[in-house]
Amino acid sequence: MLAEIGYGILVVAFVTAIYSVAAAVYGDRTRSAGAVESARRAMLLLWPLITLSAAMLIYLLISNHFEVTFVYEVTSRSMPTYLRITAWWGGQAGSLVFWSWLMAAFALLVMLRKWDRDREFLPWVIIVTSVTTAFFLGLVVFVENPFSRYWQTSTGEIVTSMFSPANAAVFYPADGRGLNPLLRHPGMIFHPPMLYLGFVSFVIPFAFAIAALVTGRSDDRWIRLTRRWTLWAWLFLSFGLVLGSRWAYDVLGWGGFWGWDPVEIAALMPWLTGTAFLHSVMIQEKRGLLKQWNMLLIILTYALVIFGTFLTRSGVLSSVHAFAQSAIGPAFFAFIGITFITSIALLIYRWPELRSETELKSMLSREALFLLNNLLFMSVLVVCFWGVIFPLISELVTGQKVTVGPPFYNRATAPLFASLMLLMGIAPLSAWGISSIRTLGRLMWKSIALALLITAFLFVTYTRNALALIGLFLVAFVLLITLQEFSRAARARMRAQGESFFTALWTLFGRDPRRYGGYIIHISMMLMAIGLLGINFFQTETQGTLAVGDSISLGDYRVQYKSIAQFMGPDNQQVTRAVLDVYDTKGAFLGELHPRIDLYFGADTNGDGFPDSEESAQPMTIPGQRATLRDDLYVILLPWESTSPAAASFKIYMNPLVNWLWIGSLVFLLGILIAAWPRREAGSAPVRVRSVQRSDGSQSSTTD
Amino acid sequence: MSNGPFRGRTRLSSSALLVLLLGIAVAVQMPQTVHAQEPTPSDDEVNRIAHQLYCPVCENTPLDVCPTEACRQWRDLIRRQLAEGWSESRIQQYFVDQYGARVLAEPPRTGLNWLVYILPPLIILAGVVMLFRSLRAWTVPDLEETQKNAQEKPSASQADAPSDTYVARLEDELKKRS
Repeated sequence: MLAEIGYGILVVAFVTAIYSVAAAVYGDRTRSAGAVESARRAMLLLWPLITLSAAMLIYLLISNHFEVTFVYEVTSRSMPTYLRITAWWGGQAGSLVFWSWLMAAFALLVMLRKWDRDREFLPWVIIVTSVTTAFFLGLVVFVENPFSRYWQTSTGEIVTSMFSPANAAVFYPADGRGLNPLLRHPGMIFHPPMLYLGFVSFVIPFAFAIAALVTGRSDDRWIRLTRRWTLWAWLFLSFGLVLGSRWAYDVLGWGGFWGWDPVEIAALMPWLTGTAFLHSVMIQEKRGLLKQWNMLLIILTYALVIFGTFLTRSGVLSSVHAFAQSAIGPAFFAFIGITFITSIALLIYRWPELRSETELKSMLSREALFLLNNLLFMSVLVVCFWGVIFPLISELVTGQKVTVGPPFYNRATAPLFASLMLLMGIAPLSAWGISSIRTLGRLMWKSIALALLITAFLFVTYTRNALALIGLFLVAFVLLITLQEFSRAARARMRAQGESFFTALWTLFGRDPRRYGGYIIHISMMLMAIGLLGINFFQTETQGTLAVGDSISLGDYRVQYKSIAQFMGPDNQQVTRAVLDVYDTKGAFLGELHPRIDLYFGADTNGDGFPDSEESAQPMTIPGQRATLRDDLYVILLPWESTSPAAASFKIYMNPLVNWLWIGSLVFLLGILIAAWPRREAGSAPVRVRSVQRSDGSQSSTTD
Repeated sequence: MSNGPFRGRTRLSSSALLVLLLGIAVAVQMPQTVHAQEPTPSDDEVNRIAHQLYCPVCENTPLDVCPTEACRQWRDLIRRQLAEGWSESRIQQYFVDQYGARVLAEPPRTGLNWLVYILPPLIILAGVVMLFRSLRAWTVPDLEETQKNAQEKPSASQADAPSDTYVARLEDELKKRS
């Protein structure tokens, strides 16, 4: 009964979303404020409706209703309650409901804002958010229904259906299949919601952009209204990526965190366009340039968000056949195609009205450098997109399956990322408007000299690898320039206002959080770059089969196999845990490592109290790690080899500097919180006053 | 119900014991085999080659870290091939012949595959040209302002002693933002 009610509410939500679109279109066409208000109220209703349906789904998940196919697929009796709740986004159907729920929540927040000044945007923001929500609700109502159940027909056949087929009774499996053990890690509990939050919140700036295009508002009002949304979207997306990387590092057991897998790239692509957008909107705000480009970027970001959701959810792009067989694949592609073509058509229609208001004064101005930054982000996007798509094209055209793996991406993106780092150093120094090589040179030479000294020191003491040294030079250069910018601005205030150094810094963060929070983000990116350089250039590994008492050496470490034990874990998994002692080269004891294999058993669907099949047991490899700022000793107990006191096989990685990546991600969080922290909107932000050409031909004056 | 996993564990422990016995048997056998033939290639030597090959079954998983039984057998095959003196390229070619080009980390540089290497640089180059042309079209040489700027700029290093221009601009920006 609960399944029927949950499904019924989803249907009502879907109809409400469609009504919202229709009422908003009607209201806009007929200038009926009542119809638009009705559409707004319908939007307000969406979130409570989906919340109610989701609550029912969660109840089914935690109360062992295995007759519901989704519950059967992602939970089992042995799973703890918190994992049954997070299993909501652990499977395809549930995660589509989760996406809709988040989208409706964001739409609710947008609908609750004051619309007095921007009433003309309202119907189109409603239309875009409702269409997006309706699409995802449509998927769960018609294609991937999380409430569908198992039925046993009179012939004994088990079928899946929402409603009872003729002469059939509900079939109750005794146990569920359980969540994939890889998804039971804390990183995977928080990573998908964070990623989805990033995806969903980018829909809001897109909705405002479309509203601006339709209404013919060629000024930057839509950007100002969505500035904070964009920053939060970027925060969520960035942190989603970091959490995903940490999960991969802790769970997948291959010694790394980024394997250029299509699913990873799918999450990275909207981040690339989003980051480019975040930079280029500043140019539009400051100088009235790049209006067309910003529109294109947010349209692309939206398309990539939908594409990313599809790919991270289904992963079916790996094969043409898998894609063709996927129930949601064609629907996703149709939706992406329709929304993208419509948006681009709208942009082309408004193209002449979105011309830049001013000109560039110098090829070295910050605007020009930001444009170069955009070009580099888009170049990385081209590499990523082509790398993901090409195997499909190859299979379609020649029938040959190919792999586009890390060597391709590393080679193609390394120079692009290095150029981005260089720009990160130069751009903060270039003034808005005009700049010359001499000006830049005068500001940079000390940092360049010091960065060269640091690089020379590293050459003598750490590495002779030329490419690594170039990377480390760039890191040092950007860090020094950024610190110099803080110091320069603080000292200027000390001189002008007589403030102390720390008061001056505090004022800078308080008055211009976006810029100075942005600089903290630049610092965090460089800390992360240290980790990336470390693992890419200096990772070493070895593998060996040891008996208790045997040792194996790698770099400055010697690892001795001490013991092994097997016991049941808190999630009813069978744990095989080895204990290894770690020594340095001088024989000093550094600590113990505990690599382990967790074996999760399959479902007991026939109710005999035992797993149906031992073969269905799924192993999860948890590395033993010794993390320091210098390196990370990372040991895996190999699940495919024997594990006993007499012989256990270990794979040992030494990942130099990798922990700077995680430290950098925390600094990143600090930077973006500073940049995006809610504060009173600047009532006095009179950057430019100019006339606005409206779509109906009228002109009005606006103050930004 | 709670007995399920424990029974599974008992069964598994039996399996583990069997594997252990087999392992010991193999371990006892191995030295004899090794002494009789070529020295057995180390795990690291096997992994170095396996790392460059991709699992023909799993998506995007290098052979050296793939946990499936099939991949374990393929790693054993590489070990045997190395023991027989096969070169790295010969082993790679063997896997390509057996399972297709998808076992390579990158598409081979033949036919249509060239597109994967050529297209991105071409698009990026086109982007550079477009950007350069746009910048030139948008840039207006403002000689008057350049001269004015040059006059305003102090001769001392701005990094050392922030100029009044810089202070004024900073204060102006902070006022706009606050």
